[in-house]
Amino acid sequence: MSIATEEDVREDAPPKQTKQQRRAAGIAEQASGGIKVLLVKLLALGLVDALALYAVFVLALHEQWAVLVIVAAVTALVNWIYFSRRRLPAKYLTPGVIFLVVFQVFVLLYTGYIAFTNYGTGHNGSKEQAVSSLMASSLERVEDSPAYPVTVVERGGELGLLVTDPEGDALVGTNEEPLAEASGAEFDGDVAVSADGWNTLQFADVLERTDEVTALAVPASDDPNDGAIRTPDGSSGYLYVSTLEYDEAAGTMTDLSTGTVYSDTGVGAFTAEGGEQLLPGWQITVGFDNFVRAVTDTRLAGPLLYVTAWTFAFALVSVASTFFLGLFLAIVFNDLRMRGRKIYRVLMILPYAIPSFLSALVWAGMMNESFGFINQVLFGGASIPWLTDPLLAKVSILIVNLWLGFPYMFLVCMGALQSIPDDIQEAAKVDGAKPWAIFRLIKLPLLLVTVAPLLIASFAFNFNNFNTIYMLTDGGPRDSNAPIPVGFTDILITMVYKVAFTGQTRDYGLASAYSIIIFIVVAVISIIAFRRTKSLEELN
Amino acid sequence: MAARKVVPGTGVGLAVGEIEEMTDASTRAFSSRGDAPLVLPKRPFDFGRWFAATGWRHIVGVVMVVFSLFPIVFVVSSSLNPNGTLTGSNALFSKIGFDSYVRILSDPQVPFSTWFANTMIIAGTTAVCTVFLGALAAYSFSRMRFTGRRFGLISIVVVQMFPQLLAVVAIFLLMSTIGDLFPAIGLNTHLGLIMVYLGGALGVNTYLMYGFFNTVPSSIDEAAKIDGAGHARIFFTIILRLVAPILAVVALLSFIASVNEFVVASVLLIDTEKQTLAVGLTKLVSNPRYADWSAFSAGAVMSALPVVALFLFLQKYIVGGLTAGAVK
Repeated sequence: MSIATEEDVREDAPPKQTKQQRRAAGIAEQASGGIKVLLVKLLALGLVDALALYAVFVLALHEQWAVLVIVAAVTALVNWIYFSRRRLPAKYLTPGVIFLVVFQVFVLLYTGYIAFTNYGTGHNGSKEQAVSSLMASSLERVEDSPAYPVTVVERGGELGLLVTDPEGDALVGTNEEPLAEASGAEFDGDVAVSADGWNTLQFADVLERTDEVTALAVPASDDPNDGAIRTPDGSSGYLYVSTLEYDEAAGTMTDLSTGTVYSDTGVGAFTAEGGEQLLPGWQITVGFDNFVRAVTDTRLAGPLLYVTAWTFAFALVSVASTFFLGLFLAIVFNDLRMRGRKIYRVLMILPYAIPSFLSALVWAGMMNESFGFINQVLFGGASIPWLTDPLLAKVSILIVNLWLGFPYMFLVCMGALQSIPDDIQEAAKVDGAKPWAIFRLIKLPLLLVTVAPLLIASFAFNFNNFNTIYMLTDGGPRDSNAPIPVGFTDILITMVYKVAFTGQTRDYGLASAYSIIIFIVVAVISIIAFRRTKSLEELN
Repeated sequence: MAARKVVPGTGVGLAVGEIEEMTDASTRAFSSRGDAPLVLPKRPFDFGRWFAATGWRHIVGVVMVVFSLFPIVFVVSSSLNPNGTLTGSNALFSKIGFDSYVRILSDPQVPFSTWFANTMIIAGTTAVCTVFLGALAAYSFSRMRFTGRRFGLISIVVVQMFPQLLAVVAIFLLMSTIGDLFPAIGLNTHLGLIMVYLGGALGVNTYLMYGFFNTVPSSIDEAAKIDGAGHARIFFTIILRLVAPILAVVALLSFIASVNEFVVASVLLIDTEKQTLAVGLTKLVSNPRYADWSAFSAGAVMSALPVVALFLFLQKYIVGGLTAGAVK
């Protein structure tokens, strides 16, 4: 206890130094550093500053002012921390904290934001982007329009068109930049063949990049209604005009061929009266729509319910099965009279040493219904649907996860058992306790104290155990009633992944909403865990 | 407080290697007491007695070893089978040859060696940087007293309850935005992926190291300080050497975690040439047209070897590390 009090004193009342003492300490610190340390520090800071400066320039070019201010402020802070003579703890914490804030804290908050948007396939960007992409996708050649001589040019890997208009002027533009006067154009006859700042593509290059060339659509002006120049062959271009007309003042899109008017009704896409939408739309915040949809849409609520139930069952059964098997083995092999314990131990922890994604893939091969080792050899040619039957697939997953996880619990229980002092046992034996009583009343409680936090951690890990599920069954067998690619063995995290990144439509908003649900579950579990184990209070 | 009083934490944790020593020592003590039946030479061998004492334990052991090893035996056997298919691999060790190893290494469709190199570079860099960042933070938490220290420790533990893969959508969108501005660290780059992984560098690792740093007596630092060493010199030349075992554990755990990581890597790395083993091999076997199971097995064996070797080599330390975090 004396150690603790001493420490408390130190913490509560940090020694008050006079200004002079602090200065002296600073000078001493500085003097001890040595020139090499100083050089390394200057070099590292110089590098950071140079990168930051570059980043500031790029951000200014793209007019990302908010990010620019943050980058500048963080860089200034870093410089201040490392040039200041004090701020010692900050010097050690800053590098890790920067990564933690950006790639752990920020992305979690950003997930929360996305959950309230309609972000996903068809709703990827701003309204302006949606307009120009709609116009570009509905381009049609103006009938009987004149052919413009064009030359394919390139700047920094980006293709552009050098167009000679009927007046003989040279204009240049790319997919993003509308046609504008080309400076320093050189002509071969009537046709402009090169311009300053652009490389003219040779015929062979044009052939090689045919796909890119034919996909080029250079806007004729800033107004998307003016159409774009496209070239089918890289030498003559034609004016293409969109079949859609955008009325900026009214905010409506009109389909010129059918006369249908699509207007912005606040759902993130141009919508006709009948509810028909023009896609792509744009990104808007939709409030709790994603959550409401996940819970109330019957086709989504069913999968969410059974996926959540299975996630809990999977995590609980995995923890329980691995723990009890591990504990049993630890007890079995904790007998000092037994020979060859080391060999058994090494062989049994091999499953834990192999990267789990590989093990799961190998198990998936062995459990294959028609060709797998288990059916063909162990069951003599039976065709048991290990991974394709909704119920059996769950059993298979639990078996494989037991295989993957028991060595860890074995090692942990072994360590915990051996740290229980022998004299407690001997005292109990002297008092006449039976072995089972010793185990149940003495060893198990002591063991659980040690292992409980690990069991909670293991539960949290299995709750998000993506690899086992995804590599083994891919969440399958697929639920054909659900509109999202979800299967009967999916857990929440694999469902998030599939909704966001697989299938025809990606729905980032819905996926993030599911993430938030996981987040809440994990938060509740952690709060309970921290309360019960009091581990946070013990931190000092 | 417990962290400093430590007894349980290091009893299992620090100790790491001590488990072995402890058992050895106690075995000796045991036999000298003389009541272990097997050690006494004179008593005739009694099978029943032997079975009740240790024999059944061997049966459990053998059953478990078979359970543990049979997938491993299967994959090794099929990797040595020159025939390609899954069915052909079912007769264990019927044929032995290294054809499938040659096939997976030379198949132009499957850039296995590139995946391997990518994985080693990404996981290796992440491990080294994680150790460095974590050790810096652990040093300041262990040796310095400052406002916000307790809050820092708690938030590191709490934040770590929420793994990065929960935020995979946001990570993807963030990295694609970054990629538009700075293509060198955005989507589809190794550097970008490593940076994302480093977001998890503080956390469990720091906590583990923090516990270990606390076991190094601070009188060592004080002695060095009196001799005129600055904080940087104390950290780099004294402390880092004293805590080398925990650095090895954290490096290995971080390495294994990155090798195993699929979600973020599969989302961020788009080109086949850029992918890691986890992404590449998973996509390879999940493609129904790919039927060369032996070649996959050969790839799996080669991918697992470095990790398994490292793991067994550092086994003692890992066991300690695993429990040390929890026994706090």
